[in-house]
Amino acid sequence: MDILLSYGEQLLLGASVTLQLAFTALLFGLVLGLVFAACKLSSYTYLRRTVNFFTNFLRGVPEFLIILICYFGLSNLINNQFDGVFEISPFVGGVFALAIVFSAYASEVFRGAFNAVPVGQIEAAKAYGLSRTQMFFYVQLPQAWRISLPSLNNMWQSLLKDTSLVSVVGLEDLLKKADMAAQYTKQPFVFFVAVAGIYFLFLAISNPVFAYLEKMANRGFTARS
Amino acid sequence: MSLFDDYYTLLIESGPEILDGFIVSLKLLAGSCFFAFLLAVPLAIARVSENAWLRQFARTYSSIFRGTPLLVQIFIFYYGLSQFEAVRNSVIWPLLGDSFYCGITVLALNLTAYMAEDVRAGIMAVPHGEKEAATAYGLSKFQCYRYIIIPRALSIVTPVLGNEVIAQLKATALVSTITVLDMTGIVRRLSARSYTTDALIIAGVIYALTTLTISLVVRFAEHRNTRHIRR
Repeated sequence: MDILLSYGEQLLLGASVTLQLAFTALLFGLVLGLVFAACKLSSYTYLRRTVNFFTNFLRGVPEFLIILICYFGLSNLINNQFDGVFEISPFVGGVFALAIVFSAYASEVFRGAFNAVPVGQIEAAKAYGLSRTQMFFYVQLPQAWRISLPSLNNMWQSLLKDTSLVSVVGLEDLLKKADMAAQYTKQPFVFFVAVAGIYFLFLAISNPVFAYLEKMANRGFTARS
Repeated sequence: MSLFDDYYTLLIESGPEILDGFIVSLKLLAGSCFFAFLLAVPLAIARVSENAWLRQFARTYSSIFRGTPLLVQIFIFYYGLSQFEAVRNSVIWPLLGDSFYCGITVLALNLTAYMAEDVRAGIMAVPHGEKEAATAYGLSKFQCYRYIIIPRALSIVTPVLGNEVIAQLKATALVSTITVLDMTGIVRRLSARSYTTDALIIAGVIYALTTLTISLVVRFAEHRNTRHIRR
């Protein structure tokens, strides 16, 4: 326990990096997921097919491999284009990889959610003279959000767990800090169990948050007696 | 076409090596799925048991393995447990000391937690009338599970279990971090040697094709498992 406390500050630093990584990837993943979902619902056949192929491919490849490809591949790509010695940071590579993985799953969820918005409501919105933007933000998005929240909860949990993979490409996140401490103190068990405990705590905290969000999103649907 | 030439030469030069890795990946997948399935059914039954302790044990097991990253679990089992003299001298050391077997063990324990939840959902979804009918026919509790509930539950959750197997294929990539030379381990080495990501991308394509194959197999199994309902 004393050892853990003496490295407490380092572990906290690592935990904050992990959370930053997770939230940044979540933000980009949600936006990208919406864009992909829009492409999948578009009337252009080729756009739809391309995006479908891309997301299906992404969902079939291990997240770990995608992180490796993004981290090493992006630097190589940039260096070949501009022949410089530019190197992207593990953080940027990690966010990029986790965000596209998240968006691949999210696009499928959003597509289903937008399809599940009853046609009558969209017709009603049109009949009320709402513009397309207004219809999207006031009618479609809130409903799609409500329908997709439970799946988003699952995806967020896997995203949070997947952040640990970025430590392999050298990001000093929670797991990497624990790994360094473990090598220095020769007590890997203590540190890795502590990491597991912290992740468990993060996930345990996010459950009530999602329960609250779902309650808020469902307030139009409270049981009528 | 120089882009594809690169991949072509790489496949010619390192194809056998990648194939070896692929076979290791498949072994990891098959081994972990086999043991996970064996453990998941009893755990799922424990999850719905009338004994509160059994229920609590199963729930705790599931929430611990599902609530922490797999990579951390792998590190705990491979690096963490070797810290203790008692573990190094015990009978399970040959299992945990070897990275391949340790990998299979952790993957199986992890998958058990996920599969048990799925099987439990299946058990809950078995229509109540069928359970009552089984009891009315005088089947013992064991017979009831063996002949009615478990087969029904498994056929209900076949597609879900299939998704778990696909997710498990992707999870096997993580054991390359504990020096197992599975496909990811091999291509990481190749890509470090050549300073390119070509090998990684080839592995990605192979993983994607394998996923596709598994999903086709699962669809077939589902088709077969529901033949009594189908018209």
